[in-house]
Amino acid sequence: MSRHEIEVSSLCFSYPDGHEAIRDVSFAITRGESVGIIGANGSGKTTLLSLMTGILLPDRGEVRVGDVAVTKKTLASIRRRLGLVFQDPDDQLFMTTVYDDVAFGPRNEHLDEHEVRARVEEALEMVGIPQLKDRAPYKMSGGEKRAAAIASVLSMKPDVLIMDEPTSGLDPKARRRLINFLKGLRHTKIITSHDLDMIMETCDRVIVLKDGEVAANGATPEVLTNGELLDQCGLEVPLSLQKCPVCGIKK
Amino acid sequence: MHMADALISPAVGGTMTAVSAGLAAYSIRKVQRDLDEHKIPLMGVMGAFVFAAQMINFTIPATGSSGHLGGGMLLAILLGPYAGFLTMASILLIQALFFGDGGLLAYGCNVFNLGFFTCFIAYPLIYKWITRKGLTAGRIFRASLVSAILGLQLGAFGVVLETWFSGKTELPFDTFVLLMQPIHLAIGIVEGLVTAAVATFVWKARPEILERAAAGKALGGLSINKVLAGILAAAIVIGGFVSWFASSNPDGLEWSLERTAGTAELEASGGVYDVLANVQSKTAFLPDYSFKSAEEGEAGSYAGTSVSGIAGGALTLVLAGLTGLMIIAYKKKKTKTARQ
Amino acid sequence: MAKMADSIFNIRLLDDLARKNTSVHGLHPVSKLLATIVYLIAVVSFDRYETIGLLPFVFYPLVLILLAELPVVPLLKRLLMVEPLIIGIGILNPLFDPKGWIAFASIMIKSGLTVTACLVLVSTTGLDKIAQALRTLKVPGIFVLQLLLTFRYISLLTEELARMARAYALRASRRKGVRLKDGGSFVGQLLLRTYDRAQRVYHAMKLRGFSGEFHAYGQSKITRKDILFLLAWSVFFIAARICNIPVFLGLLLEEMSKG
Repeated sequence: MSRHEIEVSSLCFSYPDGHEAIRDVSFAITRGESVGIIGANGSGKTTLLSLMTGILLPDRGEVRVGDVAVTKKTLASIRRRLGLVFQDPDDQLFMTTVYDDVAFGPRNEHLDEHEVRARVEEALEMVGIPQLKDRAPYKMSGGEKRAAAIASVLSMKPDVLIMDEPTSGLDPKARRRLINFLKGLRHTKIITSHDLDMIMETCDRVIVLKDGEVAANGATPEVLTNGELLDQCGLEVPLSLQKCPVCGIKK
Repeated sequence: MHMADALISPAVGGTMTAVSAGLAAYSIRKVQRDLDEHKIPLMGVMGAFVFAAQMINFTIPATGSSGHLGGGMLLAILLGPYAGFLTMASILLIQALFFGDGGLLAYGCNVFNLGFFTCFIAYPLIYKWITRKGLTAGRIFRASLVSAILGLQLGAFGVVLETWFSGKTELPFDTFVLLMQPIHLAIGIVEGLVTAAVATFVWKARPEILERAAAGKALGGLSINKVLAGILAAAIVIGGFVSWFASSNPDGLEWSLERTAGTAELEASGGVYDVLANVQSKTAFLPDYSFKSAEEGEAGSYAGTSVSGIAGGALTLVLAGLTGLMIIAYKKKKTKTARQ
Repeated sequence: MAKMADSIFNIRLLDDLARKNTSVHGLHPVSKLLATIVYLIAVVSFDRYETIGLLPFVFYPLVLILLAELPVVPLLKRLLMVEPLIIGIGILNPLFDPKGWIAFASIMIKSGLTVTACLVLVSTTGLDKIAQALRTLKVPGIFVLQLLLTFRYISLLTEELARMARAYALRASRRKGVRLKDGGSFVGQLLLRTYDRAQRVYHAMKLRGFSGEFHAYGQSKITRKDILFLLAWSVFFIAARICNIPVFLGLLLEEMSKG
């Protein structure tokens, strides 16, 4: 029994046009950890998530989920353990009602309709939108769609929840609801984001990517206060750690 | 160019639905066999795209006219003929259901006119032939243009044939053709230019999209023969229906009607029976399907223009109105009791 | 690009209407679909000069619209939007046929009846249930799934395209449409983005276990009410088709007034 939930070893990947997106990336994530992956645009965050979920297969190196390596043959079982929430919920909510979207995963597992209904209602309760069960996606706000997308993944009862830029496009209240939700989740979590303040609140550990390589991998308080490091990687210290915008005093 | 139910006869509608269903089943099997389940979201999302893009108005400089994007040809070029055909079919179904653009009975005709001719005739015969030596921007442009024009011409001709065989209008065949073809030639040229422009753009930006679509096995020579055989079979079936109806002997039917009514009269006893028997003998029981411009007697469908017909029609409408009022009253009562 | 705004509005309207909760909405979609088909076949099988005989067919849409509490005005508007094309072909009849006006009237009546029946079907059933009905009738899952996907993404893509069209119009002075030579890149840009979106949707489906199958879910059982609905109306349609009811009634009136 591996002590790591997810283990990435010497991962390398280049796109067909030659662009080296991931260069020798290695890290490990233990059960129950919340890890934030941050980096400038183009640093390889989304590519890394695609490699971890088997959407892309690496040129070299491997990804292990528990004891199982991610290969073409193991994709089906790996995907039941990993839940990936996309950056754009419209890519993930492709059915005509929220219920059908959240039920999509369980139905593909050939569960009977009673079990499916139970899973759907549970997932919708968890994200706080049980009343949107029969709503059509085009009638929902950004925050509601984001919640529905998360529910559509949770209904498969994954071990790991991976989220790509979860707070992008959310209004302040929706963002706050999401942060509280993430703080309450006991799943292993991997979150990529530009919202460094959210990462600070929800993640124990932070991995910084720069040009496809791991530039830093450490506890949140250490990494996110290292202004020089962040600056080199095309980032900044979280806003809540910067000078107070009103009185100009550094916190 | 969508055919409406009002212009169709059930025979034509039914036949074309069967033909289109057959083509769809064949296409589904081809898409499945190529293990192209990744085509499913592609068909869905691209279908939505073409649906939306058809609403854009393109203006042509120097002519002051405008036109729109045709769907079938672009879909065939981007998705391959089978996926393109199925996508066209779902676009047409949504248009029929939600917009009344094309009837449900005429659905088979519309899928055939706008999907078959583009994906299974124009695409393999023109587009694939012009690009047989490989894809280049110039060949793609020319191929898209010509195949779009041809596809639309054939589609328009399909409309003419289906309308003529349905016999719901008196338009002579040659006038109809002379009307439809030139108009759709003009429309086709615009559609062709837009299709060609878009296809060329896609080729320049992301050539792999067109290459992937072209790589899927298109109809080889053998399949085209099968398809043509299918059309011939369909034509024979349609023709059979036509002649059966034309030769059905209305006089024979009326003769047996008289016999039946006469028998009823002989056995009648009591006022009501007399009244009904009288009415029976004067009412047409089966309509006249013939195409000849009718010189019917009283028992023909011209009963509608007689006084009793008009009175009866008015009575029907009054009954409908009364029914409507009853329903409204019933509904009001229901909401009242629900509120109490 | 008012056409796009109208089309989104229309889809939303009919989709909203389909979610209402009346007795008609509760009927099984297969029975409503089959009843509509029988209706269409009956109406369409009348010969080209029939006018009065078609009138009884007004009962079906009338009763359903009232029972399902559908708003008449929007449906009427939709009906009128379809008419221009029919009018175009129909109006040619009087030119070639001495009794052409009757044929024209017949076509117009048939058109009104058939289109209304279709709109009533959609507003009382909705695409989801129609998709279920199609699956029940053995239409392959692949087709039904991509039909649903098309419908789901239509409003999204129409809005995106409308946004682009507006941006274009703001920079294109007095032109009313997109210039042909801009057409390729205008449509092409969104097309490429759409193509990419389709890839992402595919990944989303795979990640949730999709393997090419799609079944009909959430189907209600067919009850006696559904069968009764279908049978009763079918009998009425066939009867109204075979005997010319208005003429029958008219003659009845005549006979009664005589003696």
